[in-house]
Amino acid sequence: MTRFLLQRLVQSAIVILVMSFVVYGLLGLMPGDPIDVMITADPNMTPADAARLREIYGLDRPILERYATWLGAALQGDFGFSRLRAQPVIDVLVPALGNTTILLGAAFALSLALGLAAGVTAAARPYSRLDYAINFAAFAGISIPPFWLALLLIIVFAVILGVLPAGGMGTVGSHGLWDSLSYLVLPVASLTIASVGAHTRYVRAAMIDTLRQDFIRTARAKGLSGRRVVLGHALRHAMIPVVTIAALDFGYVFSGAMITETIFAYPGMGRLIYDAVMGNDYNLALVALLFATALTLAGNLLADIAYVALDPRISFRSLER
Amino acid sequence: MRRCLAVLVIVLCSALAQGTAWARDRDELVIGVTQFPSTFHPSIDAMMAKSYILATTRRPFTTYDANWELVCLLCTTLPSLENGMAQLETTPDGKQGIAVTYAIQPQATWGDGTPVTTRDVLFTWEVGRHPETGVSNLELYRTIWKIEVKDDKTFTMHFDKLSFDYAGINDFLLLPAHLEESRFRASPRDYRNRTMFDAEPTNKGLHFGPYTITEVVAGSHVVLELNPTWWGKKPFFRRIVVRAIENTAALEANLLSGAIDMIAGEAGLALDQALAFEKRNGRDYRVLYKPSLVYEHMDVNLDNPVLADVRVRQALLYGLNRDALSSRLFEGRQPVAHGFVNPLDWVHAKDLPTYPFDPDRARALLDEAGWTDIRRGIRHNAGGEPLTVEIMTTAGNRTRELVEQVVQSDWRRIGVDARIRNQPARVLFGETVTRRSFPGTVMFAWMSAPENVPRTTLHSSHIPSPENSFSGQNYTGFRNAEADDLIERMETELDRDRRFEMWQRLQHIYADELPALPLYFRSDSYILPKWLEGLEPTGHQYPTTLWVENWRAAP
Repeated sequence: MTRFLLQRLVQSAIVILVMSFVVYGLLGLMPGDPIDVMITADPNMTPADAARLREIYGLDRPILERYATWLGAALQGDFGFSRLRAQPVIDVLVPALGNTTILLGAAFALSLALGLAAGVTAAARPYSRLDYAINFAAFAGISIPPFWLALLLIIVFAVILGVLPAGGMGTVGSHGLWDSLSYLVLPVASLTIASVGAHTRYVRAAMIDTLRQDFIRTARAKGLSGRRVVLGHALRHAMIPVVTIAALDFGYVFSGAMITETIFAYPGMGRLIYDAVMGNDYNLALVALLFATALTLAGNLLADIAYVALDPRISFRSLER
Repeated sequence: MRRCLAVLVIVLCSALAQGTAWARDRDELVIGVTQFPSTFHPSIDAMMAKSYILATTRRPFTTYDANWELVCLLCTTLPSLENGMAQLETTPDGKQGIAVTYAIQPQATWGDGTPVTTRDVLFTWEVGRHPETGVSNLELYRTIWKIEVKDDKTFTMHFDKLSFDYAGINDFLLLPAHLEESRFRASPRDYRNRTMFDAEPTNKGLHFGPYTITEVVAGSHVVLELNPTWWGKKPFFRRIVVRAIENTAALEANLLSGAIDMIAGEAGLALDQALAFEKRNGRDYRVLYKPSLVYEHMDVNLDNPVLADVRVRQALLYGLNRDALSSRLFEGRQPVAHGFVNPLDWVHAKDLPTYPFDPDRARALLDEAGWTDIRRGIRHNAGGEPLTVEIMTTAGNRTRELVEQVVQSDWRRIGVDARIRNQPARVLFGETVTRRSFPGTVMFAWMSAPENVPRTTLHSSHIPSPENSFSGQNYTGFRNAEADDLIERMETELDRDRRFEMWQRLQHIYADELPALPLYFRSDSYILPKWLEGLEPTGHQYPTTLWVENWRAAP
C-alpha cells in the first residue's frame, strides 16, 4: 500500500505541475488585462499611469517569466496576493473552501444517502409502481434547472412561508449553530435535489445488474432473506461504479457550485473561482483551480482505496500496474 | 435515511420555531447591493460598492450634493476667489496656478479618538502621488505641487493648473497617518498589500464618518455600527448591514422575504427589473427613479469609411425611434439623450438639434451619401457594397441587448443591415473598446460628475493608440480643432457665463458631428421600504450614503 500511495503522490504532483502551467498559460492568453479594465473605468489615467501599474502588478513581463517567478514563490509556500480581494491568496481561499466544504459536503452526503436508499428500493422491485415513481422523481430532479429550483425554494420557504432565510450564511450578530444551520437548509436542499436523481439512477442500474449475478442467486438459494441478500451482498458489489461516480463528483464538490452560491449569496469556491477568472485575478484563479485539481486527484485516490475495501478481487498491487 | 429525515425535520422545526428571527428592529437597516468591494482602501481601485460603504464611514472634503452643487463635507467653508480662500498664483515654473485653503471640521476625529489633522492630509498626498503605491488615478495628486500647513486643521493646496472647479477635491480621500504611515514607509511598493484597510478593516481608527465597520465577511456582508467619535448629526439607525447578492432575482427574493430592507440604487436593479418589481410589489415598497449622469450611447468608429460620412451617422439617428424606445422599454423613466450633457446639468444646451424619428429624412440622407441601390431591403453603394453596420455591446446585459434589437429593427427599415456581435464585458472593455477594434458601433455608458469636461472622451489627444499605450477614452477617434480648443479653454475659464457659452458651442459641435449616437440617460432605481425617510438619490457618482445620517424610519 505504501508503494501504491507514493506512486500516486508522485503522479499527482506531476499532474498539478502540468496543470499549473496550463492554467497560468490559459489565464495569460485571455484578452485584456486588469489595467485595460482600469483604463476604461478611469478617464484620467495616463499612458504613464498604465505603464506604472503594469510594472507594479508585473504584467509588463513575458508570461513564462511571470510563471517562473510565481512557481518559485509557490514552492516556498507563497501563493501570491489576490488583486480582487486585497488579501494573500491563501487567506481568501481557506474560508471559501471551508464554506464550500460545509455546503457541498452536506449536500453530497445527503444526496448519496438518499440516492442509495431510493436506488436500492427501486432496484429491489424493478418495474413496479414504486420503481416508476422513484424514476419519475429522479428524472424530475435531474431535469430541473438549478437556478430555477433555487429561486423556487427561496420564494416558497423564504418569501411565502417565511420560515427560512433567503440567503447568506447567518443572521448578523447571531452565532448560534441553529441559526447557521437554518441558512444551510435551502442551498443544501437545492443542491441535493439537483444531484440525488443521478445518484439514484446510478445505484439502481448497478443494483439491477448485480442482482442478476450468479453469486446473488447462490445467496438466495442458500436461504438468505431478501433484505440480507440486497444489503449484505448486492449493495457492496453495486457500490463500485457508484464510488467511481462519487470520486468524480468530489472535485466538483470542492470547485463549488457557482449558481447555487450566487443565488444564495454564499461565499464559497464556485463564486470565488468565477470572480477570479472574470476579474483577471491570476493568482487567485490559478491557486483555486489547482486546489480543485488536487482534490479531484485526492478523490480518485480515495476511490481506489475504496475499491480494494469493497472488492476482494482488487488489490493495491493490481492498482499499481 | 430515517435519521437524515429526522435531522431535516428538526432543522425545519427549529427554523419555524424561530418564527420572526429575520424580522429586525427598526433601528437596524439591511441594504442589498449586487457587488462586494474588492478592497476597502479609499484610493485603490474605483468601485461603486466600495464608495457606497465607505461613504458611511468617512467623508470627502468636498462633493456634489443631490442638487448637483459642490458642497463641503469635511471642510468647513467652500473656498472661492470671492471669499479669499482661493488665490490665483504663478507656479515656480511660470504656469498659471491657484492656491486653495481648506479648514478641516474642528471636531473631526478618527474612530479611535485621534484627531483628523493636516498630518493626515500630507500623508494622503504623499501616498497618492507615490508612483509605486498602485493608486490608479494620480491626476489629482500630481496637480498639487505643494501643500502648506497653517496649523493642525488648516492647510493650503497649491495647484499647478487653473481650473474652474478648483474648489472641488472630491477624490482626495483622507488616510489615517497614525495607522498607515509605518506600513507605507516600510515599503511603498508593498503598501497596497499591507494596508490596514484590508488587513484589519474593522479597526476603528480607519473611519471618521457616522459609522465604523465592525464586521466583514468577504463576499457576503459588511456590518456598520455607530461611530462614537462622529461629530455630525446622530444617525437614526444603530446598525446598517450591507449584503452583497449578485443575482438580481435572488436580490428581489431577499427583499420580499424581509432578509433585506432595501435595494441600493447605486448598485442594485436595472431599470427594467425595477419597473417589473414595481408592477408586482409597488403597494408594499417605494420605488424611486432618479435620472442620472450615466449617458448611454453608441460610440461610432470614425475610422470606418462608411461611418466617417456624417450624413450616414445623422441618418442612423434619424432612423432610430428613441422616443418609442424610451417609452416602451423604460416607460419614459429614462429620458432620451440629445447630447452628452444631462438636461439636469446647468450647462445643458436647450437648443440642440434633436434628430426626431424621421425615416424619410434618414432615407434622403443615405441617398445623398450614395447608398441608393436597394437590394432585398439593404442599401448598396455604386461599388455594390452593402450598407452594413456592426453593433456591439456587453453580452448578457439584458437592457442593452433589448435596445440593440430595437436599433437593428429600426435601421433595417431604412435599408441598413445592422449586425449584432456582442462580447462579455471583460473582453469588450478589456480589449475591443480600449484598442478601438470595434468596426462599427459600440453601445455602452459614460458616468460623470456634474459639469464634467469631456477632455478624455472628445479631445483628439486622447484617442487610444499603441503610442499612448491605449490610454484615453476618445474611442470614436473624434478630431475637431474647435472642440479641442473649447475643451482647453473651458477648463480654465472661471467666468460662469463665458464658460456656459463654450459649453453650448461644444454641445452643438457634438450634435452636428455625432461622433457618438446619443440614446438615453440612465435612471437609478431605488427600492425602499415605505417607512424609510430621508434618502435623497443623487444621480451622480457620489452615493446617497454620504448623507446616511439623514435616513430614518417613519414613526
